[in-house]
Amino acid sequence: MPKDRADHSGGPLARSSEADTFDVKANALQDPALLRRLLRAKDRMDAASHEAWPVKRLAEVSGVSEAHFARSFKQAFGVPPHRYLLTRRIEQATTLLRDTELSITEIAFATGWESLGTFGRTFHDITGRSPSAMRLEARANLPGLDRMPACVVKAAQRPDLTIAVLEKRRRVVKGTVRPSIKEVS
Amino acid sequence: MNQGINVVGLYVDNQDEALAFYVDKLGFNVHTDVRNGSYRWLTVQHPEQPSFQLGLFTPGPPIHDEATAQTLRAMVAKGAMPPLVLAVADCRASYDRLKASGVEFTQEPIERYGSVDAGFRDPAGNGWKMIQSAPANAASSA
Repeated sequence: MPKDRADHSGGPLARSSEADTFDVKANALQDPALLRRLLRAKDRMDAASHEAWPVKRLAEVSGVSEAHFARSFKQAFGVPPHRYLLTRRIEQATTLLRDTELSITEIAFATGWESLGTFGRTFHDITGRSPSAMRLEARANLPGLDRMPACVVKAAQRPDLTIAVLEKRRRVVKGTVRPSIKEVS
Repeated sequence: MNQGINVVGLYVDNQDEALAFYVDKLGFNVHTDVRNGSYRWLTVQHPEQPSFQLGLFTPGPPIHDEATAQTLRAMVAKGAMPPLVLAVADCRASYDRLKASGVEFTQEPIERYGSVDAGFRDPAGNGWKMIQSAPANAASSA
């Protein structure tokens, strides 16, 4: 997946944090037919979040131009498409940490990252835990979850990425966000 | 059964399209299809569940003002409505059959803890999970 670095190496995420401040015109009503086509692109990311999803590919699924897609997706779903994809990858990684014995390296590659370091750092930035700490915690919280449909349990673990990862990282450095717990391993 | 939940409705953008989907593709039966002017009360039923009707309703007048209707249509189209679950005996067989008939699947069958689930959407955007219960859990999760 050669596009992966472009998705997560900072450029798109960094730009999106600036875009957040002026790009939210949530009350402007969007055409339901367009929304239905945007939903199709979102569904495709859901079904294969480990794959690379450059805007060009997503725009093709929705049948709109790339510029139109990025703007419309953000307006419809509240986050830029790449950040949405990131939430699905973290969700998937959390599920694999909880439910499988796969190593953290295997999980990193299975969920679409090209390097273990990027995965570990991004995972920690978003969830406040290292992958191994998350594995212990998720397994400790299992009782009772078997009464919910497994797919809903999984979706409920999706992180809420209201700010870009780099922005979150920056605020931690500046001390405006409480530092997350330290890595245990 | 004299007491209990009898009708639960979905919003759809087009009742004819919804009817074709739920009846021709999913195999539901029409329970009620009556009109009063422009209003159409349309419910369908799962063939094995005669006490429950699924309503297929369109947002709009006289129930909603146009702005409200537009908002509801947008919510459905972006998949923001609540989850729906269809219980099936054999998820993979149902998946093969529905997929062949052109149903838009959002997720292929996946086994989790012995249950198997897949996901699809109706033409309007309502999302369904199709779940085959794990044999051991059948008593508690049915």
